[in-house]
Order: sequence, then structure tokens, then C-alpha cells
Amino acid sequence: MTGLAATFDERPDTASKFQANPATRDSTWVRYLIVGVGLTYFALFLLLPLIAVFVEAFRKGAGVYFSALVEPDALSAIRLTLLAAALSVPFNLLFGLAAAWAIAKFQFRGKNFLITLIDLPFSVSPVVAGLIYVLVFGLQGWFGGWLREHDIKIIFAVPGIILATTFVTFPFIARELIPLMQAQGRDEEEAAISLGASGFQTFWRVTIPNIKWALLYGIILCNARAMGEFGAVSVVSGHIRGETNTMPLQVEILYNEYQFAAAFAMASLLALLALVTLVLKTYVEWRAHHHPVAEE
Amino acid sequence: MSGVNKRVLPGFGLSLGFTLVYLSLIVLIPLSAVFIKTTTMSWHEFLDAVASPRVIASYKLTFGASFLAALINAVFGLLLAWGLTRYPFPGRKIVDALIDLPFALPTAVAGIALTAIYAKNGWVGSLLEPLGIKIAFGPPGVLVALTFIGLPFVVRTVQPVLEDLETEYEEAAASLGATRWQAFQRVVFPTLVPALLTGFALAFARAVGEYGSVIFIAGNIPMVSEITPLIIITKLEQFDYKGATAVATVMLVISFLLLLLINGLQAWTARRTGRAI
Repeated sequence: MTGLAATFDERPDTASKFQANPATRDSTWVRYLIVGVGLTYFALFLLLPLIAVFVEAFRKGAGVYFSALVEPDALSAIRLTLLAAALSVPFNLLFGLAAAWAIAKFQFRGKNFLITLIDLPFSVSPVVAGLIYVLVFGLQGWFGGWLREHDIKIIFAVPGIILATTFVTFPFIARELIPLMQAQGRDEEEAAISLGASGFQTFWRVTIPNIKWALLYGIILCNARAMGEFGAVSVVSGHIRGETNTMPLQVEILYNEYQFAAAFAMASLLALLALVTLVLKTYVEWRAHHHPVAEE
Repeated sequence: MSGVNKRVLPGFGLSLGFTLVYLSLIVLIPLSAVFIKTTTMSWHEFLDAVASPRVIASYKLTFGASFLAALINAVFGLLLAWGLTRYPFPGRKIVDALIDLPFALPTAVAGIALTAIYAKNGWVGSLLEPLGIKIAFGPPGVLVALTFIGLPFVVRTVQPVLEDLETEYEEAAASLGATRWQAFQRVVFPTLVPALLTGFALAFARAVGEYGSVIFIAGNIPMVSEITPLIIITKLEQFDYKGATAVATVMLVISFLLLLLINGLQAWTARRTGRAI
């Protein structure tokens, strides 16, 4: 996954450069073949599934579509998904800022190891991500007995869903900020401090404007994953209708009950979210590239 | 490291302290639970859980399909990256933006959408049915789902390297009498290899752990189309926590090895091309 930092470089228009020069121009049939094969692959694996979601959602008409979305269980799933994202994204935002500040602005031993550890959740299977919280907070887990005595439910309840979501979205913001802030160094912050700014003023007036696009980029990706997570949340949810079902889990339940139109209706909301995410992401990339420095 | 500058900026203790506490609470301590739980098992119990024929069959499917999917993505991802950077065609910007769809689309949505298309009454499935090709509800369905979720990786690792490439190298090859194919093979391709391998490894690592998009289309037939993450779920549903944890340990160890490999590949790519990906 290429981070935003890489896109800060000018993206050259390589297409015209190579095709203008006879020595590096490819013959017409090669061009058609490569673009044709590439687009076929793109259509079969990406475009068709996206279109299918909306076609299937509206197969039984707009009435069925909208009534599926205002079902109490559907609304409860939407609320829970929004709640999980509204908590896990700020947690990881705070973490990303703290980690990037420590790593980019100071020297300490074991820094590269720490960066590797931050990326760790990306390489863990979502199912395993759910399992680890069952082992810690589940009935037979480390704190299972204690939690039961105090009547606190984490697994098969909302806190477990928030924990699992936080785990799978853990690195998103930190990994956008760390390389960018490392590349920016600490000269500007040091200048601000030496001119008498407080630590908080420096952070707010100097650092944040410098990283705002990367920050936004990280938040967008983090939010998309938080709202769409399935595997990890599935393990800790317990699938209690109207209580512990997020939107992706609701899609699964409806689908397994052969309520295809309703399942795809809920899925279409998530697909819309994905499209909005891509549009915002493309916009942020474009802004970061055209106006990398904060404007007044 | 300059000792003078080191403490000019405030917040080192606070930011590093918070980072370490949060990392430990959310990631490290819960992950350690898997290994600690495994140590309470006897070697025999562990082996029974991770090496039963059904689990072995799931490894073969998971790793085999992940490898094939990453290979498909390496070949077609390279073609697509080449087309996107070298040839102007209508809709190129939209295609470019949609490449990242698998990162943004929830896996459950991808799973049911792919099933709808590749089932025998679906848009693509109905075309393949008369040819005797069945995709959904069997191992080929697993391959399709894993190809979908791994699609962006190779495109996004190869694309920046292609964009950075200057015309001079291929001009020099042409002036020395090389055909376009020879120039690609001998001059361009070698510079793409590190990025291509990195993209392959990223797609493979992602596919190995994938669950959501696969379970809808796979059919989940034991010994035939059951992936390893599903084995963990099944064991959990049967309250076989030890068995689930044992299989999770195997998957975690493999994930960590893949992470090390990917870090190495990324460092190699950065050295070869002078840019981080």
C-alpha cells in the first residue's frame, strides 16, 4: 500500500513522454493488447462486483430497498458501526500523533523495531485479531472470571467490537504520519520553541498544518476499514440481533437467510462508503500534491 | 545524534510513554495471549490440533490459492500498471482511482458481490457454466476472492517505479539495436523486479489471513474448500479454544515470517529505486 508520502512527489505524465518518442513508443497492437487485457482483468475483478452490489440491491425495486434500510435491526447495525468507528478512529488518531511525534522528533534506541511493531496488526489475520480478545476477556480467558463477577461483558458485547475494530485499524494513521514527519525533520518546531512558543502552540500551529493532508488521508483509510471490518468483529460479536451486529455482520446474516435484496441493500451503503472514501482519498492526494504547504 | 538538540522539543516522555502503553494494551499483550495459551498445551495436543488431515487440507488450499492469486495479480497487475503509466486511454484516471477499491470495500460486501457474479446464474458464472467451468462454491471461488483483495498491491508498488523511469534507458537500448521487447526484458524489467516481488509478497500475506470475502464464495466444504481462518472460527464455535489457539499460533508465526520478508523486500526496493514504497 503506497502511503501519501510517496505521492508528494510530482507525478509525471509518463504516458505522453514515452509515446512521443519513436524509440520508446510501443506499436499500436501492443498498446491495445495491454490496455485491453488490463481493463478486462480490472472489469472482471473490480468493476463488475461493484456494479453487482447496486443491481442486486435494487432488483426488487426501490420500495424493498428503502424498507430494508429502515428495519430496526438494520438501523441498530448502522448505529453500532458508526459508534465503533467514532471511538476507534479517535483512539488511533491520538496514538498515531503520539507515535509519530516520538519517532520523528527524537532519537532513541529500538526505533526501527518499534515501527515494525506498529505495523504488526496489518499482518495478523482478522480472525486471529478477534481470537486474541476472546483469550483475554472471554469467559475462559485471563480476565473472564473477574469480569463475570463484576458483571462486565466485553466479548459478545459492544466493547469487544470496539476493541477488535481498534486493533485492525491500529497502524493506519501512524504509518501515514511517521514517514512524512521523519522527512520534515524538526527544524521548524525548534525554531518555534526558540521564539518562545509553548509545546502545545508549536504542535498546533507548526506541526499540524504541515501534516494535515497526511493526517486526513490516514483518518479516511482508518475510518473505511473501521466501518467495514468483518472477520475480527465476527469473532467477538456473538451476532446478537439489534445489539451486537455491525453493518457487515448484518449483511452476512441477511445473506445466509436468503434475504438477498436486503443483504445487498445494506451492502450498497457500505459500497457507497467505499466510493466516497476513494473520492476523498483521490482529492486529498491531489491537494497534497498541488498544495503541499498550508495556505493562509 | 546531537545531544544539544535532543531535548529542545517537549513531549518526548509523554508521547513515547503513551505510544508504548497503547501498543502494549491493544496489540502486544493480547497477541501474547495466543502464545501463552499454546504453552499450556502438550506437544501431542498441539500437533493433533494443527496437523489433523482437515487442517492440513486447509493449509494447502489457503497457501496454494494465496500463491496463485498473488501470481495472477503480479502478471495482470504489471500489465495494468504499465497501461496506466504508459498509454493514454479514456477513463484512465477513474480506473486509477478505482484500483484501490479492495482496500475500501468491506470484505463481506466483496464476498457476496463476487458470489453473485461467479455463481452459475451470475453474469460471468452463466457464461462459464456451459463450458463446464464452475467457480463459486469451490476452490476456484477462493482463488477469485483472493485475487480481488490482492489486486491493488502489485499495481501500487510497480506504478511509482514505472513513473520514475526516464526515457533515456530505453532510448539507449533502441539506439544499440534492441527491439522494444528486448528493451523491456533486459532494461526495464530488472528495475521492476524488487517492486514486483514486494507487491507479490504483500498480496500473498493479505490473502493468507483473508476471511470475509472468501467464506461466501468458497462453499466451505471440509477437506475441499475450507480455508484456515474458517477452521479457527469453527473450532471457536465448538468451544475448542485450545485448538483454535493452536491453529492461530501457526498462522501468526507464518505472518511474522512474511512480515520480515516484506520488510527486507521493501528495503531492497528502496535501495534499488531510491524511493520508499
